[in-house]
Amino acid sequence: MYNIAAVSFGELFLKGKNRGSFEQRLIDRIKYALKDYKDVSVYKDSGKVYVETQYEEDMDEILERLRKIFGISNISPSVKTSKDVDVVIEKTLELFGCLLEKKDIKTFKIKTKRTDKSFPIKSMDFNALVGGRVLEKFRSVKVDVHAPDVEIYIDIKKSCYISSERIKSLGGLPVGSNGRALLLLSGGIDSPVAGYMIAKRGVEIDALYFHTYPFTSERANEKVIKLKEKLEEYCGRIKLYSINMLEIHKAIREFCREEETTILARRFMMRIAEKIALENQMDMLITGESLGQVASQTMKSMAVIEDAIKMPVLKPLVGLDKSEIIEIAREIGTYETSILPYDDCCSVFAPDHPLINPKLENIKKSESNLNVGDLVEKVMSTLEIM
Amino acid sequence: MLVYLDNSATTKVREEVLKEIIEANENYYGNPSSLHRMGLMAEKKIEEARKSSAKLIGARAEEIYFTGGGTESNNIAIFGHLSSLKEDDKIITTKIEHPSVYNVFKQFEGKCTVKYLDTDEKGKINIDDLRDMVDDRTLLVSIMHVNNEIGAVQDLNEIAALIKTKNKNTRFHVDGVQSYGKIKIDVRKTPIDTLSFSSHKIHGPKGVGGLYIRSPLKIGPLVFGGGQERGIRSGTENTSGIIGFGKACDLLYGSFDREVKKLRDLRDIYIKRIEEEIEDIRFNNTKEDGAPHIINVSFKNVPGEVLVHYLEGKDIYVSTGSACSSKARDNRILEAISLEKEYRQGAIRISLGHFNTFDEVEYVIDNIKKAVKDIRKITKRG
Repeated sequence: MYNIAAVSFGELFLKGKNRGSFEQRLIDRIKYALKDYKDVSVYKDSGKVYVETQYEEDMDEILERLRKIFGISNISPSVKTSKDVDVVIEKTLELFGCLLEKKDIKTFKIKTKRTDKSFPIKSMDFNALVGGRVLEKFRSVKVDVHAPDVEIYIDIKKSCYISSERIKSLGGLPVGSNGRALLLLSGGIDSPVAGYMIAKRGVEIDALYFHTYPFTSERANEKVIKLKEKLEEYCGRIKLYSINMLEIHKAIREFCREEETTILARRFMMRIAEKIALENQMDMLITGESLGQVASQTMKSMAVIEDAIKMPVLKPLVGLDKSEIIEIAREIGTYETSILPYDDCCSVFAPDHPLINPKLENIKKSESNLNVGDLVEKVMSTLEIM
Repeated sequence: MLVYLDNSATTKVREEVLKEIIEANENYYGNPSSLHRMGLMAEKKIEEARKSSAKLIGARAEEIYFTGGGTESNNIAIFGHLSSLKEDDKIITTKIEHPSVYNVFKQFEGKCTVKYLDTDEKGKINIDDLRDMVDDRTLLVSIMHVNNEIGAVQDLNEIAALIKTKNKNTRFHVDGVQSYGKIKIDVRKTPIDTLSFSSHKIHGPKGVGGLYIRSPLKIGPLVFGGGQERGIRSGTENTSGIIGFGKACDLLYGSFDREVKKLRDLRDIYIKRIEEEIEDIRFNNTKEDGAPHIINVSFKNVPGEVLVHYLEGKDIYVSTGSACSSKARDNRILEAISLEKEYRQGAIRISLGHFNTFDEVEYVIDNIKKAVKDIRKITKRG
């Protein structure tokens, strides 16, 4: 029954002069998200964006995809008609009939908004006219203007749009309206959630993945690619960088103490991430760290790890419990992929008793046994971009 | 150099087979059940393939039923034998069966007495254990001929004779998927009731298998439908696949002894060189009477998975355990042969096939040596 979706913006109205470019970004995002649908058009009509399809049966899936786009506050599936009075009434009755079949409706209200003042009947009069026709046709329902079971909204602009529900969307800001950052994506549960949360605030993200092939399998890569694709439903196109850490792990194993392995490796990861971010015009890093979750995420460990770089690191999950993170991961659909058991072998490099209170001077002393710059260069040569 | 050493998982289709498959798709696409001449032509081709596959085990063509593969054959046979199962019946298999037998037996736990035979450290069952187990109520014994992971070979003649002596009504099913075309089986001499085999293990196409059912024995189907394959396996026949399989059988039949000798010689060279050139290893297969195409070896402190990935980087393809179960965290088969944990984790399987050559050995051994040395550098803390 619905052939068009009316999309309302979230916080965009706050953005004053930038509104135009924000709107354009949102339209671009919508077009990208729906690029594999035939005969879909996206256009603006006084303050809202409309997504029209020639195939009503596609509408449910289109709504599903629109719901995943940041910067939209709500979506109303609607019926688009001409502004001919008889046609508007006929379509409204048709819609009402459909609604009545689906749910138990006892009371209703008609609300007309006449943005196009050339429409011959005033809003209040039109409410009464259409309401009268509904009462005539559907004997079981009554009018209630205060708390109706259903409100039929007739929006008269360049075209006329009739709707009855508003689907609440994710909110946030359109991706790309708020700079770029690099997400350290691990294949676990946390990092995809962290990326999602920052992207929600309008940040365009790329992702970086560290592996230790042949100590991890190519199937682990496939898992990360799947997670990236899931995130792309929200974030748009994500470029995925991968780096093989094997040489660094070999060096750490040869020249440093076992319990320092994780901290040292993480410091290398930060350096590499910063380098890739700078080379690709990104201003911050994003990690999925949550305070106290594992040895490398204690207060002391996090401080020592971040000491390795200058670039700010966003940690949107820092104050969340694991169960809260899992809840979001389930909602956004990354959880099932995150728990696939593919990186069996990286435990080879995990120390039996990792440090939880590392001292910066000790770590720096251990690092002085390594040629940090050379090692970073060496693993940078394994960079692959997907 | 690409060296494919995972032939127990599956094999590359031989060129002559591929030619037959293409030709079959071009010319014999009629439905074998159709009344017209095109149907008859397809049917005739399938009957030729039936003869070819029967010859390899000394069976008559009418005792062969084509299926969708080894797993399906095992399922049809076991469920078929047990269609009239009663609670006080007993069924027997081994602890080292392929999942397509093992997991079917698991289905019957609680419905009757289900027994699993132990094996020794080389994967052989103890015939005395079997003698003690088979009794009046034993309905079925199912034993694999060659184990897919460690290549252990069971003595079918001895086993079959024993079963039939103890209870002539006990049915004997053999999972012959790994031995078909590798070890001589003659169902005229060995009282096997059903035996399953598969096309893609002998350089035929995937999706085709066969089940030998000793005449005049009848068992029921798993899938009902149009009654193809004399009711055992309904569904339009995979004509081109079956024709391809028939060709693979013909090729093998004409060169059986030569092929097997080559596999055995290759296997012995690999074993000898690994033994002489790498320290801290353990062979998990029997060198003397094991399958001619399977080597299973553990390298201490070298996780099998890592070695597999390391070697794939050199275009050498081996596997950890069997491809079907390599995802399972701990290995049931290696556990069954009581391999210590530090070796169990490090087992790889090298399995040979028609396309392997003596020229590959140097390259493979060289890279295994390098890989083991490199990986041990990381896993053994100095």
